[in-house]
Amino acid sequence: MDLYEYQAKDLFAAHGVPVLPGRTVETADDAAAAAAEIGGAVVVKAQVKTGGRGKAGGVKLARTADEAKDKAGAILGMDIKGHTVHRVLVTQASDIEEEYYFSFLLDRSNRTFLAMCSAEGGMEIEQLAVERPDALARIPVDAITGVDRAKAAEIVAAGKIPAPVADQAADVIVKLWETFVAEDATLVEVNPLVRDPQDNVIALDGKVTLDENAGFRHPDHAALVDERTENPLEAKAKAKNLNYVKLDDGQVGIIGNGAGLVMSTLDVVAYAGEKHGGVKPANFLDIGGGASAQVMADGLDVILGDPDVKSVFVNVFGGITACDAVATGIVEALKILGASATKPLVVRLDGNNVLEGRKILDDANHPLVTQVDTMDNAADKAAQLAAGA
Amino acid sequence: MSIFLNENSKVIVQGITGGEGTKHSTKMLAAGTNIVGGVNARKAGTTVTIGGKDLSVFGTVEEAIKETGADVSVVFVPPKFAKDAVIEAIDSGIGLAVVITEGIPVHDSAYFWAHACAKGNATRIIGPNCPGIISPGKSNAGIIPADIAGPGRIGLVSKSGTLTYQMMYELREIGFSTAIGIGGDPVIGTTHIDALEAFQADPETEAIVMIGEIGGDAEERAADFIKANVTKPVVGYVAGFTAPEGKTMGHAGAIVSGSAGTAQAKKEALEAAGVKVGKTPSETAALMRELLAG
Repeated sequence: MDLYEYQAKDLFAAHGVPVLPGRTVETADDAAAAAAEIGGAVVVKAQVKTGGRGKAGGVKLARTADEAKDKAGAILGMDIKGHTVHRVLVTQASDIEEEYYFSFLLDRSNRTFLAMCSAEGGMEIEQLAVERPDALARIPVDAITGVDRAKAAEIVAAGKIPAPVADQAADVIVKLWETFVAEDATLVEVNPLVRDPQDNVIALDGKVTLDENAGFRHPDHAALVDERTENPLEAKAKAKNLNYVKLDDGQVGIIGNGAGLVMSTLDVVAYAGEKHGGVKPANFLDIGGGASAQVMADGLDVILGDPDVKSVFVNVFGGITACDAVATGIVEALKILGASATKPLVVRLDGNNVLEGRKILDDANHPLVTQVDTMDNAADKAAQLAAGA
Repeated sequence: MSIFLNENSKVIVQGITGGEGTKHSTKMLAAGTNIVGGVNARKAGTTVTIGGKDLSVFGTVEEAIKETGADVSVVFVPPKFAKDAVIEAIDSGIGLAVVITEGIPVHDSAYFWAHACAKGNATRIIGPNCPGIISPGKSNAGIIPADIAGPGRIGLVSKSGTLTYQMMYELREIGFSTAIGIGGDPVIGTTHIDALEAFQADPETEAIVMIGEIGGDAEERAADFIKANVTKPVVGYVAGFTAPEGKTMGHAGAIVSGSAGTAQAKKEALEAAGVKVGKTPSETAALMRELLAG
């Protein structure tokens, strides 16, 4: 889960990382009040989960409360790379002497963590990595020994952070590591990390990604989910514990078991769709191993509630799950849904107890259900039905 | 031969008394796996009867090894306790730990991987979040259904469980030396490369199927490895061409970040290494059949 800047900074502050005082508001009037409360010049920053906010006009300096109101009014409601701005962060403006870059992240290739540090911050890090790779230090961090003061000093030196603020920067890095570990983050990025005229080192921005698998030890993280910007179908699926992702511009609803098989199903439907006027998959939905009738009904309910969906492809390989249980699930699900189920279903069952499963669907003889015996042919049928609808 | 697991493997189950542990121990026994015991600290000294076989429950992996000579552990412990369970397995020096558990925080996986490295990688870890490993007709450590396909000449390595099953099913008339699901998490123990290296060295394996998916660069690295080290024919399949950027597709590791981790890049890397890559699982299976027939 990616966090907003203000949420990231709240976590930073909780772990002792220096940030500037600020308040998050949703109206221009509240922005003026926040600016007055903070006092002096403030920066009004759009809160969206994407980069390039400054270039898009989503970050503005305001010298007075009135100016903050105007700037916030202009930024709220703005669209930045497809993200609508619902909130702005009003934060104390800072005099900046220098801008640095710092991050901790998971290094999948090397199965460890990585610190990245550069005295040349502010610009997009991908750009820096390409244009001036020598300026970006990459220091592996052992998951067991972590980052103590000495390791932080090593990182600071490798990143060529100037000597007068090396100690301050190392202190901040130790605290960022504490944030990274204590919050189960997979990314903690500060760009820019700034040096002010008094040689304080401050996190002026913050980007944090949290590991959702670690939710069981962070009940507080649930409150960080922004339901307003979640896709309503995704929110509905999440409430039912379904592993669902809505895809843009698709017409074929997909249900399958196992992440890999479902990803593969999306691809196979997209290929088949090329022959049927460019029909595409409308979603990813993995109902997992033990697909009970209720799980199948919940899944179908979410997918049939998607106005983009014209046909549904249920693709199940019975590994641990038996196909007869899945078939019973489909039949029961259609009973539960009753008249609200109106779109054609193409079902492909294979594997464990396949003959029993197919027989259950044959016997039920539901008018919406078509059985096809291979994944490729079933994808073709589902695409054809969607194109004809 | 086969890789990592054979008819002599002595298997223990960490979490044998839990629901999943009991269910899959029953299936493993039915598939001919030599399960010699289980581990659960709170039920140490008791006996469980699974599939008609009485199995001792030990307090620790170390104790289980001492009493039974076990050399493989299958871990079904819930995510909260998985880190400690895997560390216990590593500390016992057991040769292979197959971690089935799904949903382990990546800080925990990174920690036990670092611990395994610190111990000289004496314990091979498969997973986490994987279906395990099967050498058909010999032994099955994990949750891969044993009745999909029998023994044969193909070696299979895959990030995905259900695609492993699908591919085994498609190629069931040929059969498999060993099939391994390495798992879809961002940090895993055994990699595509480890399996490719072992299949290359295994005289029973004539050809290899490699299944990848979006996220990370494991497939690209495997492609480099194949180019330099694998002389046996390899066919490949990559899932996730239609996955949008920035969205996790079921597996915690299956995410395209920016331009990194796309299916297209992985396919191209594999093809550049001489691997024939199928567009669909069935086309991939057809490529393998052609290859073995030709």
